[in-house]
Amino acid sequence: MPKTILVVDDDVDFLEQMKVRLEAAGYEVVTAESEARATEILKGLRPDVALVDLMMEHMDGGFSLCYHIKKKDPGVPVILITAVTHETGLEFDTVTDEERSWVKADAMLAKPVRFEQLEREIERLLKGTEIGHPEGAGHG
Amino acid sequence: MDTLKVLVTDDERGMRMGVVRALKNYTVSMPDLAREVGFVVEEAETGEDALAKIEAAPPDILLLDHKLPGLSGLEVLDRLAGRDSATLTVMITAYASLETAVSAIKRGAYDFLAKPFTPAELKNTIRKAAQRLILAQQAKRLAEEKRQVRFQLISVLAHELKAPLAAIEGYLRIIKDRAAGDQPETYDHMLDRSLIRIDGMRKLIGDLLDMTRIESGQKKRDLAALDVRDAARAAIETMAPAAAEQKIALALHASAPVPMTADRGEIEIILNNLVSNAVKYNRQGGRVDVTLTQGHGAVTIAVADTGIGMTPAEAEAVFHEFTRIKNEKTVHIIGSGLGLSIVRKLAALYHGTATVESTPDVGSTFVVTLKTDA
Repeated sequence: MPKTILVVDDDVDFLEQMKVRLEAAGYEVVTAESEARATEILKGLRPDVALVDLMMEHMDGGFSLCYHIKKKDPGVPVILITAVTHETGLEFDTVTDEERSWVKADAMLAKPVRFEQLEREIERLLKGTEIGHPEGAGHG
Repeated sequence: MDTLKVLVTDDERGMRMGVVRALKNYTVSMPDLAREVGFVVEEAETGEDALAKIEAAPPDILLLDHKLPGLSGLEVLDRLAGRDSATLTVMITAYASLETAVSAIKRGAYDFLAKPFTPAELKNTIRKAAQRLILAQQAKRLAEEKRQVRFQLISVLAHELKAPLAAIEGYLRIIKDRAAGDQPETYDHMLDRSLIRIDGMRKLIGDLLDMTRIESGQKKRDLAALDVRDAARAAIETMAPAAAEQKIALALHASAPVPMTADRGEIEIILNNLVSNAVKYNRQGGRVDVTLTQGHGAVTIAVADTGIGMTPAEAEAVFHEFTRIKNEKTVHIIGSGLGLSIVRKLAALYHGTATVESTPDVGSTFVVTLKTDA
C-alpha cells in the first residue's frame, strides 16, 4: 500500500510541485494550503509523513501545526521546511533530541528544497517508523 | 524629561556649590524635537578624582577648572585625549587668561567659561552644550533607524523575490526531469504558472521602483490640469479582461468632469492599484464601483468591491509595506504587498489620505482623498 504524505504550504506552486514529484516516486499525496485546512484534513487522516512549511499565514504557523500533529500522534514523522532561518535571525535545528523536542519536528529542510534530499529524508523517517523509533530514527 | 550628567571639577567648595545651585532646577527645552532636559551635578575636587569618576561613568558635560592642586585642567584634558567619548568639556579659566582657553580648545575642550562668572553665564554655556549633545544624539538615532529600516526592507525584498524564483525553478526542474511523464500537455499548466510568477516578480520590481522614486523625491513631478475620470476609465479598461474572466461588473460613477491639477502618472498609479485590488480580491460574479466626487477643496476616489473583505486588524495593516493578507481566500492571489503603501504615499503628496472600510466576506471600500487647493 502506498504511503501517504501530507504537504502543508501556503505557496500553491510548491504544493503542486511536491504532488507531482512525490506521486512520481510512488507516494500518495494530500495537500493543504493553510494550517486550518491541514487541521481539518488531520481529523480524518493519519499521514505516514507530514511536510510542513514554517512560514504560513502566521509567523509561527508551521511550529503550531507541528505541535498539533505530534500531540495527536507522536508517531507521525514531521519534516519542517523553511526559507527564512538566516533572514529572520531564527536559529534552530533538529540535530539533538532536545532541539527536536521543542521544535516538534524530526527533520528540517531549507527552501529551495532539493527533491533528492527530501526523498532521502522521507525514506529515512519511514524506515524509522517501521522499526518503531520515530523520534530518534537514524539521525546524526 | 531627559537628564544630562554634569561633572564639576573644582577645588573650591563654594564654586562647586554654586554650580549645583544654579543647575538644580534648570531645564533646557528643545521644542522642535519635543524634548526637555534637566541636569544632575556630580562633584570632583581634584583632577585625579575627576579622572576616576569619568572612568567609572563618563558625564555628558565636564566643567573643568584649570587651576587644580594636583593635575592641572589641561593635564586632565591630555589624559582624556584619544578616549572615544561623547563628553563635552567646558574649561573654567581665570578671567583674561585667553592663552589657557585657547590651549584647552586645542586639546579637545568644547567651550570655556571665564572666572568669575554669573549663574546666568553658566546656564547659557550649559544650554549651548546641552543642545549640541541632544542634536548629536538625535542625528545618531536617526542614522541608526535608517540603517534598520533599510536592512529590514532588503531582507523582506530578498524573501519576496526568492519565493517566486524557487517556484519557477521547481517547475523547470520537473520539466527537465520529465517527472510528470512524457505527455507534453501535462506540463502546460506548469509553464503557465511559471509565467504568472514571473509577472508577479516584474510587478514587484515595478512597484519597488515607484516606491523608491516617490520616497526619494527624485522623480520629476509633472503637474498639469487633468480629468480624474480619464485615469479611472483607463484603469477600468486595463482590468476589464481579468474582471470578465470572473464575471465581475466594473462601473464608473462620475456625473461631471473631475478636474484637478496633478501628475497624471501618479493618479494612474492610484487608480490602477485600487481597481486591480478590487478585481483580484473579489468573488465570482461580483461588482467593482469606482465613484469620483469633488468638493471642499478635494477630489475623493472611492473604490468599492464585493470581495472577501478584511477584519479591522487586517484593514489597519494592509497599508504597510510588504503586508499582504494571507489566508485561504488569498492563497491563489499574487501581489507585491506594496500597492496600497504606494497609494498612501502618493495621497500624502496631495496632502490627502487613503483609508478603507471593510466587512469580512461582504467587501471593502477604499477611499482616497486628494486636496485640490494644496
